[in-house]
Amino acid sequence: MGSALIRAVDGITINVAEGEFVALLGASGSGKSSLLNLIAGLDSPSSGQVVVDGKDLGRLSREELAQFRRHVVGMVFQSFNLVPRMSVLENVELPLRFAEVERGKRSNLATRALERVGLGSRLKHRPIELSGGEQQRVALARALVNDPKILLADEPTGNLDSKTGTEVMDLIRDLNQFMRMTVVLVTHEQFLAENYANRLISLADGHLVSDQQNLKVAVRGEA
Amino acid sequence: MKLYDSIDLAARNLRESVLRNSLTTLGIAVGVASLVAMLSLGVGLQRLASRHLRTSGLFDTVVVTSRRDMRSFNREQETNGPSPAESPELDESARTKIEKLPDVAEAYPDIRFITEFRFDDKPHLTMVAGLAFSSKDSDGFEGMQGHFFSADDAHEVIIQKNFAAELLGKPPARGDENVTVSELAKPLLGKPIIMRYGERDSSGAGADASSYSVISRELPLAIVGVTDLDPDSMRGAARARLFLPEKLLLTLHAMQAYNFRDSTGMPSNQPTYTTVIARVTGAGKVDSVEQAIKKLGFNTFSILDASKSMRRFFAILDLFLGIFGSLALTVASIGIINTLVMAILERRREIGIMKAIGASDNDVRGLFFAEAGAMGVLGGVFGVIMGWIIGRMINFGTNVYMHRQGFPPEHFWAVPWWLVLFALGFAFLISLVSGLYPASRAAKLDPVQALRYE
Repeated sequence: MGSALIRAVDGITINVAEGEFVALLGASGSGKSSLLNLIAGLDSPSSGQVVVDGKDLGRLSREELAQFRRHVVGMVFQSFNLVPRMSVLENVELPLRFAEVERGKRSNLATRALERVGLGSRLKHRPIELSGGEQQRVALARALVNDPKILLADEPTGNLDSKTGTEVMDLIRDLNQFMRMTVVLVTHEQFLAENYANRLISLADGHLVSDQQNLKVAVRGEA
Repeated sequence: MKLYDSIDLAARNLRESVLRNSLTTLGIAVGVASLVAMLSLGVGLQRLASRHLRTSGLFDTVVVTSRRDMRSFNREQETNGPSPAESPELDESARTKIEKLPDVAEAYPDIRFITEFRFDDKPHLTMVAGLAFSSKDSDGFEGMQGHFFSADDAHEVIIQKNFAAELLGKPPARGDENVTVSELAKPLLGKPIIMRYGERDSSGAGADASSYSVISRELPLAIVGVTDLDPDSMRGAARARLFLPEKLLLTLHAMQAYNFRDSTGMPSNQPTYTTVIARVTGAGKVDSVEQAIKKLGFNTFSILDASKSMRRFFAILDLFLGIFGSLALTVASIGIINTLVMAILERRREIGIMKAIGASDNDVRGLFFAEAGAMGVLGGVFGVIMGWIIGRMINFGTNVYMHRQGFPPEHFWAVPWWLVLFALGFAFLISLVSGLYPASRAAKLDPVQALRYE
């Protein structure tokens, strides 16, 4: 309690190459979300280094970290994390506001991102008017709108049924395959990781348990 | 994030909790209204006092007297200046010198003497004084019944209302003064009045300037104006109740009190005066002109000293009124802090989302500042309107009371542009200061913790 130190992620060394689709697997409390937060620059390591896109995140100022999150990474969460009082279009425009993109250009970019995830006809709807799968696709459009190099997905299908979950994962796989976007997926669902990621990293109690290539996806990709 | 985006998002956030934010804004509006009402009362009273001083006709004049007279309006000058014997004579050449000083529009002798007037074959003894034709443009005759002199040597008189009452055989009335003046003026305007005076005739005296003869004269005049105000109020016991054009009075060579002094040992080849009035080009120049005249060796008096004290008094009054008015705004600022702190709690997760998708600390801080500022501006605008209405009501209520007491209506209240801008600026500033803590707290939120918040 209180000031007791809990090592959420301890002694892990991994390298993720550009264009890889990595799945971080583990039970609840294994440290996979904490590791994702470190990669996203949302959290800072108490020791060690997190180097993303050549930047040592521990050495960046808060402003530089904000810029990093704005331009280098895009995030998708289990609970979608859309702003309920904003329309779909406005939610996707939000990162562009922080990037100080002009109003006219902003609308075009957001519309294009929504069209890419198949929601071009739902621009004016509020998140509450959409299904879970649609909300997650809006979140995906929001993550992509600034054209990031890395997509970080934290249990993106956790609140979806298997059909819509598959649709969302197909979209993420397409981004990885066709746009060469690096994807780090956090999931506790083994079959999901095995179906989409080409590298599987397992964690337990904050430690690295295994780090292996997913031959199933690698073979399919080659085929 | 750009400023207009911050304002846009802030406006959206404020609309989300309409009732709470409206109440907070209303609190600011009440604070600003109280500030505006208080200060507008101070400004109004100051203007009222200034207007009354200005209409005394002495705001831009300097009264010059000779130190030889051994009487002064300001005792300090008597002790600090040269001895009376060494002081220069206040004669025609001195008047010319004074008139040529920078910022002096004109300098004319103050001619006044007690003489007899006949109206309806009845004698009336009163003090008569000359009025410079330039006085026509001053505010001193605002509200006068009739008109000013048609020319600077016209055979016309303007009479003070008390003298008008005396001419009509009515005692001076208190209370409803405007009506009284117009009632007094009706039977008097255009009527003839005869001035009986003694003309000083030096023509038969030869080289001896101190000897002259006095010839009794009568001058028919017409009453052209009855004034409510007392343009000669500063003169105390020597105040005149009847005025003639200055130039006309000069040509009459009427016998005055100081002529007796001339005959008792101070002979002069040119006219000497007890008092010269220097009219200054602007009220702001009075001080420098006074100093220049003092250097010439004369005593001076102006209303400037009185106005300085008045300004000091009103500065203090405004300060206290402003402090009392600001108290309500201070309470309102606590309301802003409370509203924004509540907003942080409610929007904790949203702040986390914004940070996760690229918002910097400054973006979040700016957003809360914009919300505080928007409440301040809105509250300021409504507050100024409310303050204006409150001021009007105070003015109306006071004038109803004044009317019942028999006094004319006055403007006790004024909302100048600077006060409107000051109130808006102050409300905005107070709001931003109130937003400091909540904005800083929101900016420092840990995004991971905020995202976990349900």
